[in-house]
Amino acid sequence: MTVYFLCMVLLTLGLYCLVAKKNIVKKILGVVIMDYAVNLYLITIGYKHNGVAPIIEKATPTAMLERFVDPLPQALVLTSIVIGLGVLSLMVSMVIRLYEKHGTFDMSQISKLRG
Amino acid sequence: MKGMTLIVKTITDFVAAFIVVFGAYIVLYGHLTPGGGFAGGVIIACAFILVMLAHGKEQAFARLPEKAAHALDSGGALAFLIIGWLGVSGGFFFLNVFGRGEMFRLLSSGMIFPLNIAIAFKVGSSLFLVFAALAMFRRRSFRSMIEEELS
Amino acid sequence: MENIAPQLYTLLVFMVIGSVVAVETKNLLSAVISVSAVGFALSVAFLFMGAPDIAITQLVVEILVLIILIRGTILLDNTSVETHRDTLAVVTSLIFFGLLLGFGAMIFGSKGFPEFGEPLMRVSRVYVQTGLPATYAANIVTSVILDFRAYDTLGEATVLFASVLGALALLRKDGKVKGEGVAAA
Repeated sequence: MTVYFLCMVLLTLGLYCLVAKKNIVKKILGVVIMDYAVNLYLITIGYKHNGVAPIIEKATPTAMLERFVDPLPQALVLTSIVIGLGVLSLMVSMVIRLYEKHGTFDMSQISKLRG
Repeated sequence: MKGMTLIVKTITDFVAAFIVVFGAYIVLYGHLTPGGGFAGGVIIACAFILVMLAHGKEQAFARLPEKAAHALDSGGALAFLIIGWLGVSGGFFFLNVFGRGEMFRLLSSGMIFPLNIAIAFKVGSSLFLVFAALAMFRRRSFRSMIEEELS
Repeated sequence: MENIAPQLYTLLVFMVIGSVVAVETKNLLSAVISVSAVGFALSVAFLFMGAPDIAITQLVVEILVLIILIRGTILLDNTSVETHRDTLAVVTSLIFFGLLLGFGAMIFGSKGFPEFGEPLMRVSRVYVQTGLPATYAANIVTSVILDFRAYDTLGEATVLFASVLGALALLRKDGKVKGEGVAAA
């Protein structure tokens, strides 16, 4: 239970960084930390005590199949990590365009209404 | 963008080919050992990005032209779809209709082997193109604009 | 390995401390490097929990994330954070996140939630037992993502395609200088 609670703490730290900081790149770092926290939580859900990686070799006895960790969350996380990379590249390109237009990285300056 | 010092360039020339071979190994043996198409595709993109960081963008585009990267990207996604549609001949989308082969060999397990290769092409060329676009973007600070005006 | 709880707790505490450093430091380069340290520790944690595919993928993706983030910070003259803080936003967010953690502790301590180390594995039992005879792939995670659930991988390829297309469309031309925009306004 404590392991899950530490994953939630990591998620909350990322969310706090996303909401309460002004610099855009800090907000992006918050999203990255939240991504790590969610992937860690998914893999932790699937862990089995004294578990081994779900890879079968020629000399694997059939009793070893009972000791495999859960492969389904690993399949989810594999795609989630690469999608996180794609979304991060899109966010950084948006930051580059915002900097070109407004000249600053401060979110409070950028989000002011202009007449 | 400019390249780096001579030491970095020499080491890159030596190492980049090995990185591509290692990435190809992780892709091709993805159904037998850990790895698969995603990790191997990212490793192959890392090799090209290393060339781009060390030598400059023109050298990287000399090894892999931009149009070829776009074609590989779209071709990888299209190949994924076509292999899925081939399964409809057996009744379901993405049904594994290829021959299975023997266990624990390289050319086995039906459609998993070509799907791994298609994913590797798609992920590798996408990431290479994104990095080329990010590197191409020059920053225009206020000072450089003033210097351009005065000169 | 027998009981990975001590190693896992060490890594998790290291990750939390690294994230606190990344959130609170003023120098942006230090923040980016702290986040990358968290990513590398995450890769080691994946290896401890029996997921070598994920550890390889996280490691190489972490390297690319580091390069992209450095491109977004120091090459754009963005090196430090301004210091005035918005008290209302900080206090409100701390209250809400305290509530979130409280609810989290309540859910994770409740009776119906599976304990750490005893997953339910209702669907995965079928995948593990019939993975090798049905697909002849020795790596069960690969057989799950590319044979049993290949449709989800198609969705992932589509999302990657769309995000890369968006990034390329945004960065197609060189930008205008800020001076022109201000002079026109």
